[in-house]
Amino acid sequence: MLAGGLSYEREVSLRSGRRVMDALRAMEVDVEIRDADASLLAALTHDPPDVVLPVLHGASGEDGAIRDVLELLDLRYVGARPDACRVAWDKPTAKAVVRRAGLRTPRSVALPKELFHDLGATAVLDRVVAQLGLPLFVKPARGGSALGTSVVREAAALPTAMMGCFAYGDTALIEQYVSGTELAISVIERDGVPIALPAVEVIPGESGIYDYTARYDAGDTEFIAPARLPAKAAEQAADMAFTAHRALGLRDISRTDLIVDDEGQAHFLEVNVAPGMTETSLFPRALSAAHLDLGSALRDLIARRRFT
Amino acid sequence: MTEHSRTDAYIDRYAARAQGMVASEIRALFAVASRPEIVSLAGGMPSVSALPLDVVGEMLGELTARRGSEALQYGSAQGDPELRERICEVMALEGVRASADDVVVTVGSQQGLDLLARIFVDPGDVVVAEAPSYVGALGTFAAYQAEVAHVPLDDAGLIPAALRETLGRLRREGRRVKFLYTVPNFHNPAGVTLSAARRAEVLDICAAHDVLVVEDNPYGLLGFDEAPLRALRADDADRVIYLGSFSKTFAPGFRIGWVLAPHAVRAKLVLAAESAMLSHSNLSQFAVREYLATQPWKQQIKAFRELYRERRDTMLDSLADLMPEGCAWTRPAGGFYVWLTLPEGLDAKAMAPRAIAARVAYVPGTGFYADGTGHRHMRLSYCYPEPARIREGVRRLAAVVEQELSLQATFGSTTPTATHGVDTPAPNTL
Repeated sequence: MLAGGLSYEREVSLRSGRRVMDALRAMEVDVEIRDADASLLAALTHDPPDVVLPVLHGASGEDGAIRDVLELLDLRYVGARPDACRVAWDKPTAKAVVRRAGLRTPRSVALPKELFHDLGATAVLDRVVAQLGLPLFVKPARGGSALGTSVVREAAALPTAMMGCFAYGDTALIEQYVSGTELAISVIERDGVPIALPAVEVIPGESGIYDYTARYDAGDTEFIAPARLPAKAAEQAADMAFTAHRALGLRDISRTDLIVDDEGQAHFLEVNVAPGMTETSLFPRALSAAHLDLGSALRDLIARRRFT
Repeated sequence: MTEHSRTDAYIDRYAARAQGMVASEIRALFAVASRPEIVSLAGGMPSVSALPLDVVGEMLGELTARRGSEALQYGSAQGDPELRERICEVMALEGVRASADDVVVTVGSQQGLDLLARIFVDPGDVVVAEAPSYVGALGTFAAYQAEVAHVPLDDAGLIPAALRETLGRLRREGRRVKFLYTVPNFHNPAGVTLSAARRAEVLDICAAHDVLVVEDNPYGLLGFDEAPLRALRADDADRVIYLGSFSKTFAPGFRIGWVLAPHAVRAKLVLAAESAMLSHSNLSQFAVREYLATQPWKQQIKAFRELYRERRDTMLDSLADLMPEGCAWTRPAGGFYVWLTLPEGLDAKAMAPRAIAARVAYVPGTGFYADGTGHRHMRLSYCYPEPARIREGVRRLAAVVEQELSLQATFGSTTPTATHGVDTPAPNTL
């Protein structure tokens, strides 16, 4: 299992890794945990594992790079192939792909920081607000764990949000903010067939925003699984995760984050190819709501990748 | 069946004092800072590799072999009497005359802080501290629900006039001030030292307001240029409670610090220590005692001083050569830290992820203020990285600040990022 890495989500990845390792060892899987560091290649070459399970979050873990390396080493691994990861990792590209597949996703623009420098920030941001309206959601085009994200309710707050976003990446995705029920729907392949697990509803605590602290530390974020949705909306949401998984060419596991608005319409936000596996993460909660055990579900994926 | 859960299922059960104990995303960034690719100017880790580790190893082996039945047994909460005698000899270097009976050994001076807060602080009491102040102390005060009133400092340390003004205001407001918490020597994080003239003044002001002084002095013997300054405790044994530590002069791994307190306070501290941990590690205490008794420890401190002086010089030279205009920083005469102020409008906390991406780490200033200010500041430590790495770290940092200035020019001045409470310190950020 690969966990750690050099991304901002190193800590989360290490936590995910420890949890997955315990779950797999309970299933009597012989598992070793390795960081993506200078010793990795030698270790993988010298003593190649039957299967690699990447639990690296953030850049290099989710952008396909580390999986390219695994392919170079002729190693089998659990999860999506590098090309699919690259598309899923880049949120504007993933949105374009799923939109073409018929999914609804909030209107957005993706703007690199140089552009603001070259064209003038005020002029660009004024145009963004005029076209997309308010409120807006600002996030790095690539990245996870809600780092660098913010909700912008008034135009005057947009420059600060942009600065916060550019601290975590060079391109910002500015999208219309849709209010409603926040959902995470995990997809797992069972015997090669993708199935959508019960939707997990996220109710952020005091802060009202499901940010990094709300995700991993604050303690007052609530989760409800399956989400409290009318049957039709629930079906539409599950279908969205399933369609995203297929349209993006993902493999084995994925987690789609979406919002169901007050009219019951689902809006695709983003997809994760290496979803968090920490004690507070959404993927393990979805498995639990489906009465599936994390260790045995991952063991089955590993067993399957051993030969395919 | 619907599963209803929370990130923390026990959230409603915690005591009120635990509510503020949340880790921030900054803490997560430090997980990356520990990787060797990153030049960390964040951690305050002493350079223990400069110790004669073989000698220390031999000493530990002999301790266990010869005196294991005592060294591996329970000890007392006040600490080994012979070690306390040795501690008095160390404090004498700063003019402190004390009885070993008034010394309480602690698990690093951090436990001393915790015990003092435990016996003195009721929720809502005020602790006065420098602005900025040591993050570990702020965390402890927050845990005991104290309110921290900050008093500014300058290159000569805590500003007496501001202290007088603050204590006067608090008195008029009818607030209960429990003590002044101060790091007079080579301040963490500011790097400055309280001048000799101001020491007397600070003591006079505290006497006039009948406020106790907690003197936290882990770096006092690590001055680069002159003999150690006289401790505040040396001039007022009744008002000053002194905290010391072997973490910087020997090794933090033993976790041995101490409190020197007036007799009555000492008695309370021992009772509080008993309830906190029953007894100390005899092995650790004996190791420090043995080291002080048999090894040339003053020579070792001199070696540490030379090592840190060279690193301080490298950092100051690199900052002068590389940092963009508009940055200012302190020039420490000892200890571990430089306190850097960014140009107007920049936010060191918001900039931290970009620094990590550029493979350099620092501690944003916000952690050192109880009131969530300090955005323009950062703490840079030179104690751990080799000089070449320090220079490389400053080079990377300068580039990050340049980029941030360019972003600021693009977007205009922005409002600082929100900070909630005190960032809980991770061990390598102390």
